[in-house]
Amino acid sequence: MSFLQFITQHYYEIAAIILFVIGFMGLLLHKNLVKKIIGLNIMDTAIYLFVASRGYVFGRMAPIMGDPSIPANTETYINPLPTGLMLTGIVVSVSVTAVSLALVQRLYKKYHTVNLDEILLLVKKEVKT
Amino acid sequence: MNRQNQNQNHSKESHSLWGRLSAWVNGEEVQRDTQQEIHPEVWESRKNTDVQPTVGETGETIRRLRGFRRFYIVACVGIGIILVSLLLFVCSQMPPFGEVDVPTNNEVTQKYIEDGLEDTGATNLVAGIILDYRAFDTLGESSVLFTAVMSVLILLKKDGGNGGGKGGGKGDVSEESRQLAAEARFSRESPNIVMKCVSLILIPIILLFGIYVVLNGHISPGGGFSGGAMMGGGLILYATAYGPESVKRFFNFKLFTGVTSGALLAYACMKIYSFYTGANHIPSLMPLGTPGAILSGGFILPLNVCVGMIVACTMYGFYSLYTRGEI
Repeated sequence: MSFLQFITQHYYEIAAIILFVIGFMGLLLHKNLVKKIIGLNIMDTAIYLFVASRGYVFGRMAPIMGDPSIPANTETYINPLPTGLMLTGIVVSVSVTAVSLALVQRLYKKYHTVNLDEILLLVKKEVKT
Repeated sequence: MNRQNQNQNHSKESHSLWGRLSAWVNGEEVQRDTQQEIHPEVWESRKNTDVQPTVGETGETIRRLRGFRRFYIVACVGIGIILVSLLLFVCSQMPPFGEVDVPTNNEVTQKYIEDGLEDTGATNLVAGIILDYRAFDTLGESSVLFTAVMSVLILLKKDGGNGGGKGGGKGDVSEESRQLAAEARFSRESPNIVMKCVSLILIPIILLFGIYVVLNGHISPGGGFSGGAMMGGGLILYATAYGPESVKRFFNFKLFTGVTSGALLAYACMKIYSFYTGANHIPSLMPLGTPGAILSGGFILPLNVCVGMIVACTMYGFYSLYTRGEI
């Protein structure tokens, strides 16, 4: 399989992988805690894109059976299961983001900074004294 | 004497932008007036925190941290390259995008698509799956959202133990006044007349559309989560334009806790009933109705309403806890 063929056949997955690694690098490399949370959210988005694209089949309709004349079988509708699973994932990621942002706000109130290194230095000092 | 005079001139001029620019062109050391560049509120809070470590340990710690930082960045980039090549290799072994013969399209999907309409009565198969076949999943998801909002409430709600002055150290007074000023900014009406007029037109439309999406969740795209998020957004817009006091007239803390826990309990009761009847092969009392009608789909419509109420309250609760520390 040639490289070009690989790209044309897997473009959704490749985009998801690149987004995932961008988010992961943001999570690892940024010192700012808010930017770390943004990186985590980009990783989540990549997962949604990947799983939802796995359920798609060319030329088939979204799984909403408005018209009774269309027969309900796997020849007409795409796979609804990944979409439903990702709906759960979105809500869980919203909850995780909310709790981590609240923790960051508490840290800011105590140490007046969102820089992780500064916070660690201050904590170290606090432990020493 | 001349030199001293120059220095004095320098320090006087260095406050202005032009003075700093000319000093930079002349090759002199540019004196940065940090207090003016940083926002005064931020400066006021930072000044009191002893962010700078004492001289004795500074050099050693910072040198060690810098060395670790350099190693860390190289290691992270290495991990990233390894990860992306590994994932791309795995991806190249997968069946192409949009093909029919992928392992995800198996007999489970076939069962859902072929029998979904008869089993659940919902024309929107995704709603049928998440609120009927896999409703236990969605119950867990709603509980996760509920737990998240409770954690945020514990962390940020202003009461005896959570006051702003607790962690401030030396900067107690200025820090507290700064926080109060920031909270006051969010708790009064917006002075912007354009925003008020536009939101007066938009808010009813947003809320109505949210309710429409929630109620039509089983026959068209949408459902409790998206519609609830829309209603929460409408409430947030109302709070930003007209002040939280006007939201408090109909949505206070009591209603917030009542609606979120009541909706979650109602969800759990409905699901207990349908699990009990389903497991014991007792015919459910809830009729499935004609597919496509708004009153159809058995428990899916009330479940969607419950989820929508939880999500709307949670979204507005997050906003108001982050900005003011109270609902």
